[in-house]
Amino acid sequence: MERVLDPIATSADRPKARAEVVAFVVMVAALIVAPFFLYPLFLMQALCFALFACAFNLLIGYVGLLSFGHALYFGWASYLAAHAAKIWGLPPELAILTGAATAAVLGVMAGSLAIRRQGIYFAMITLALAQMMYFVALQVPFTGGEDGIQAVPRGFMFGFLDLSNQMTMYAVVLVIFLAGFLFIHRIINSPFGEVLKAIRENETRAVSLGYKTDRYKLAAFVLSATLAGVAGGTKAIVFQLASLTDVHWAMSGEVVLMTLVGGLGTVFGPVVGAFVIIAMQNYLSAFDQWVFVIQGVIFVVCVLLFRRGIVGEFAHLLRIKL
Amino acid sequence: MTRKILGLAALSAVLMSGTAFAQTTVKIGVLSDMSSLYSDIGGPGSVAAAKLAIADFTAKNKDIKVELIGGDHQNKPDVGSQIANQWYDVDKVDAIVDTPNSGVALAVNEITRSKNKTFLVSGAASSDLTGAKCSPNTIHWTYDTWNLANGTGKALVKTGGDTWFFLTADYAFGHALERDTGAVVEANGGKVLGKVRHPLNTNDFSSFLLQAQSSKAKVIGLANAGGDTINSIKQAAEFGIVKGGQSLAGLLVFASDVAALGLPTAQGLVLTETWYWDLNDDNRAFTKRWQQERPGKFPTMVQAGVYSAVTHYLKAVAELKSAADGKAVIAKMKAMPTDDPLFGKGEIRADGRKIHPAYLLEVKKPEESKYPGDFYKVRATIPAAEAFRPLADGKCPLVSG
Repeated sequence: MERVLDPIATSADRPKARAEVVAFVVMVAALIVAPFFLYPLFLMQALCFALFACAFNLLIGYVGLLSFGHALYFGWASYLAAHAAKIWGLPPELAILTGAATAAVLGVMAGSLAIRRQGIYFAMITLALAQMMYFVALQVPFTGGEDGIQAVPRGFMFGFLDLSNQMTMYAVVLVIFLAGFLFIHRIINSPFGEVLKAIRENETRAVSLGYKTDRYKLAAFVLSATLAGVAGGTKAIVFQLASLTDVHWAMSGEVVLMTLVGGLGTVFGPVVGAFVIIAMQNYLSAFDQWVFVIQGVIFVVCVLLFRRGIVGEFAHLLRIKL
Repeated sequence: MTRKILGLAALSAVLMSGTAFAQTTVKIGVLSDMSSLYSDIGGPGSVAAAKLAIADFTAKNKDIKVELIGGDHQNKPDVGSQIANQWYDVDKVDAIVDTPNSGVALAVNEITRSKNKTFLVSGAASSDLTGAKCSPNTIHWTYDTWNLANGTGKALVKTGGDTWFFLTADYAFGHALERDTGAVVEANGGKVLGKVRHPLNTNDFSSFLLQAQSSKAKVIGLANAGGDTINSIKQAAEFGIVKGGQSLAGLLVFASDVAALGLPTAQGLVLTETWYWDLNDDNRAFTKRWQQERPGKFPTMVQAGVYSAVTHYLKAVAELKSAADGKAVIAKMKAMPTDDPLFGKGEIRADGRKIHPAYLLEVKKPEESKYPGDFYKVRATIPAAEAFRPLADGKCPLVSG
């Protein structure tokens, strides 16, 4: 069944695939050079959010499911990663995996409930579950309530990479990000990904073709949650901190914003979107609360003028796929 | 990132060009809430206070050049920690001051320790900063939760308020405040009749206040903060709780909150502060100068604490002729007795706790208030020796170790 879809997709994509390769090389080169010009911590933050946005985009861009509770996976993964590194004394790689596993479990639970509904109901269920877990995070003792988990040790990756060195940490975050990015790219270009896109375009037809769409949707949901968890866990190690900000619904909104600004359903869009939003928050913060107003205006302008997002419009203009 | 050099703050308190001596340069960052709920407690007013401290100090010590920047942590620990990292690594800031919001302060506390800089806390409340999480790079200047809970709790019980009912914000901070104050009340022979927990940031306190009212407790302790405290006080006034003979005890209330509430609403509220602008001539003189930057407002103890902390910090830096080694500066600050116009003579303990007296205050009735800012009458002075948690009880590793 899946094999049938595959050749059609690849033959149509071949000239476009070259643009993707070029864009990927440019992105990697830029990210390797960047820390020599920009503050590494800022870049690491942007990379964590970029991975988070990519994970979110997997769900909305390729399955058409708008989850409004992705902060749940991001935030809880960062709590568990922080807890694992600080209290259980796990090395950073295992701490991040603990975070990812937490997000996967939460993804299975929230996903199996949420995928039974569509559209706004789906979004509301994910939001409700995320809010529920937000209040759990506020109350349970191990999260430290509003103080968060502080002083998380960065430790030694694989026992020999000293993460307290800013550049080493950056390299690790970059590798994690690229791995996640390529993994997502692999998913959406696999037969599995083609089925996801089929569900996005017309779920009834996909069902009539014999696909158990619920299973596909759940699998995509869990993958997305897990990758969001990897991003959250990494952020906890980078900032040595896990706090309520990351589980708050505003974070779920922010990742929607990043994806929309960058370009929904494009591979590079969320990365660009994340960098734009994080850069805005950091470099415009001199305007105090105006940052949020500016963010809002940009959001409105995006939706009204270039609905495909920055990367989406760009790709459309050049007639390539990014 | 958050280079947030607030236009006003960027103003480096400049010194004399063309002086012959070798200059020591210090860069101080005021990391505070500039735009939201704590911005009146610290915020731009703290920047103004730091500016005054720098101007006063450099007028006498011309061989020190001080730069000042300000930043807004938006009450998010991760934003605060980014700014702190950026300030220390890129902007070469030597000391961070103020930082209301305990979550942010605890994050900055760790960063400062790992980078061996200096952190002078005025705005944050958590007594953990000189307890389990104390650091050789941090001094907690103005007040803390133990100080406020103990001051208000003990003094009220001693003056007859021996039955208590708590209205507690349902999160870790509220629980801690309730627990600590309750312990103080019981240790002094008072009784806690009950408590009710309300959700964080709630708008409707009526059912909670009615429970508090019907408990017939003499004192209703407000173990909450910020907007919750303001709302509960407003609604308590609507229910006539204070008029009915019960007193409200604010466990974390600042002069700026009282100003925001207005005396008709806040009258009768009992609270503890370590500094009040109308206490003596020195404070009033400071307030006058401070108001040139912040017209119409009155400085809080947090802002006065920023002045005092920056002054003492600069003295230590001047002695050492360098601000580079945070631990050395803090050690010097602890070794020298403190003395400044606002907090008078005092000392800094080994755990980083600055020691000074505290005052139990009661908000005046509107008819008793003679001029703007005439908020309080002093009910009691808590001597410095009793105002803060005893050194041994804090379990600070610096002390036992």
